[in-house]
Amino acid sequence: MSLIVKTVTRLTVGLILLYGVYIVSQGHLSSGGGFAGGVMIALSFVHMMLAFGKETAFKKLSEAKALFFESLGVLIFLGIALLGLVGGVFFLNFLPPGEAFRLFSGGTIPFSNIAISLNVGAGLFTVFLAIVLLNNDSERK
Amino acid sequence: MTMMVLYILLVLMIVGSIIAVEIKDLLSSVVALGAVGLGLSIVFLLLKAPDVALTQIVVEIFMVIILIRATLRRDLESSPTRSRPLGAVAAIGFIAILMMIATTSFKDLPTFGEPAMRVAATYLEQGLSKTGAGNLVAAVMLDFRGYDTLGEATVLFTAVIGVSAVVRRIGRKKANRLKGRENA
Repeated sequence: MSLIVKTVTRLTVGLILLYGVYIVSQGHLSSGGGFAGGVMIALSFVHMMLAFGKETAFKKLSEAKALFFESLGVLIFLGIALLGLVGGVFFLNFLPPGEAFRLFSGGTIPFSNIAISLNVGAGLFTVFLAIVLLNNDSERK
Repeated sequence: MTMMVLYILLVLMIVGSIIAVEIKDLLSSVVALGAVGLGLSIVFLLLKAPDVALTQIVVEIFMVIILIRATLRRDLESSPTRSRPLGAVAAIGFIAILMMIATTSFKDLPTFGEPAMRVAATYLEQGLSKTGAGNLVAAVMLDFRGYDTLGEATVLFTAVIGVSAVVRRIGRKKANRLKGRENA
């Protein structure tokens, strides 16, 4: 891509990633949540990849690593659900609810949000990588 | 006022969808699809569902990027459209039957803007005190209905595993090598 695109990307990609993290971490307080924030995190990586090429993006997050984080997200979410069994019920909110509208409130909900954002963000980036790699290979033939 | 804006957006979205289906150029079709998604996001925002609007716009952006990436440098020929009179008649017939079923069955639905609050009323009353989450959507998604979200996460996980299994490089390299050997 051109110099203008690269410069603008260098300035904005961190902000996009930060906004995604913000949406995830405030998911239990304001609108948003794990899914939307996870897609934003994936979009920041996609943004970087479109501007700087796939080698740069690969250095930051390779396909194997992305798959690892995706599986980790699902496992954390399942683990939170299974930890509820300690209290007797699947998906029991075993942590104290805390004071409403504070960052540390809502029991297990913030942790579930983080797990889902890992799952969605890494998963969608993996899909994008796979499709781009497939395209490149078919173009080379 | 809101209803008026909703109707205008609805007409715009229908027009955009028709353009996306009918236009010959694939890139223009993707752009029209993106416009439909943006309209849908504004509709969700007007109906006071910011969570859904946020998810809709973000997923739409991702999808448009993937579609543009997939269609940009490729001269996919648009499928040859033959005139099929029987198909058109069948389509109109099915649409008429579906419209008749819809008009009879939609009568029993609660009217727009007055939802039946049998289960949701409990969530609204006890959501904050039971979970402590200020955003009730998050409380319903991850606490009351956590099981559904687990299913959704599993579906996404399976889809990603499937995609990366189908388009993985190792298997294709092997197939290419085999093909090269046959040609040689």
